[in-house]
Amino acid sequence: MDKIPILRMGRFLLVTIQVDMHDQLALALQEDLTSRIVKDGARGVLIDISSLEIVDSFIGRMLGTIASMSRMLDAETVLVGMQPAVAITMVELGLALPGVRTALDVDKGMEMLRSRIGPDGEMTGHDPDP
Amino acid sequence: MSTKSILPELVRRFEAEILNDWMREQRAAITLRADLLTDAELARQSAEFFAAFQAGLQGQDLGEITGPAWGTARDLLKEIARLRSRQGFSLSETATFVFSLKQPLFALCQRELEREAVLLVGELWTISVIIDKLGLFTAESALAAREEIIGRQQAELLELSTPVVKLWDKVLALPLIGTLDSNRTQVVMESLLQAIVDTGSSVAIIDITGVPTVDTLVAQHLMKTVSAARLMGADCIISGIRPAIAQSMVHLGVSFTEIVTKATLADALRHAFARTGVSVSRQAAG
Repeated sequence: MDKIPILRMGRFLLVTIQVDMHDQLALALQEDLTSRIVKDGARGVLIDISSLEIVDSFIGRMLGTIASMSRMLDAETVLVGMQPAVAITMVELGLALPGVRTALDVDKGMEMLRSRIGPDGEMTGHDPDP
Repeated sequence: MSTKSILPELVRRFEAEILNDWMREQRAAITLRADLLTDAELARQSAEFFAAFQAGLQGQDLGEITGPAWGTARDLLKEIARLRSRQGFSLSETATFVFSLKQPLFALCQRELEREAVLLVGELWTISVIIDKLGLFTAESALAAREEIIGRQQAELLELSTPVVKLWDKVLALPLIGTLDSNRTQVVMESLLQAIVDTGSSVAIIDITGVPTVDTLVAQHLMKTVSAARLMGADCIISGIRPAIAQSMVHLGVSFTEIVTKATLADALRHAFARTGVSVSRQAAG
């Protein structure tokens, strides 16, 4: 079974979902990501879903829970690159993912992470918006 | 009817007379729209239809206008109905085109079958059935043509009414004008989200100054749009909320908590500048 790669970039983890997610894959990602965050001591997680074109209620919910879990492990999580069609579907499914940070692309997501987490891995500044 | 109708024979014999009478009938009718249709055009349409009408009479079953014998007449009526709907004829004005043929035919039968009451009643019935069916067919065609026009206009309006404007680098504006329904909101949502992707904008301002009423459904649509934009990583600001709308929304129990709302587009733009780190300053006069 294929796996979704988790790349380490300094103190951040980068997850790019390049294939259509199925339920098993999403569960495996949840497992892998949480253990990698703890193992690497990651302070930030960037999940790029720009190639994801189809979501169902399960995958939509998984994206939310994965983001919440990473945050619970003290890693800032940013979901980047959601396609318009996916965004509309998520909203129609009632999965607005409150509390999950989003950005337009990987670049902006990285910028967001860097501005919130200093080079020493400590949080800087206060939270300007929820 | 057991006996064969002599109507086709009668019509063929007095062809020119009927056409003349019919034309006179149409010109005298109050539904004549000389402002929309020239006399020559009317004469042409009448002659063409009369020829098709005669062809239809040659069929086996006279009263069955869906049959193949009436094919030409049907096509012609459809075309005429479509044309007249576009020119602005009312439904009854269009249908009168066919119905007015009744009178010359009745008059003819009355004259020719004066002494044969039974036959006369039979023929009159036949004529009535045929003309009524043709008339209804015309009215229906006119209605269909009109509905087609309305449908097309709606689609055009839908496309016209949702411009996404780029206000500044990474700042988009979506000025909404007119009533929002589910259909329109869907188009608005899709075009806004697509524009966010295309321009890489991080702030989108939805201006509802031109929306006359906001009910719970519209508010829900707006919130969905804002949520979808947020999921993609763009912030939405709703601006142009008029005092009356603000009052009615709060009374309805809709409060845009979690969404930035501003009274005017200018305020929203200022907020967007602050978000994107743009500063605007006025130069000293001189």
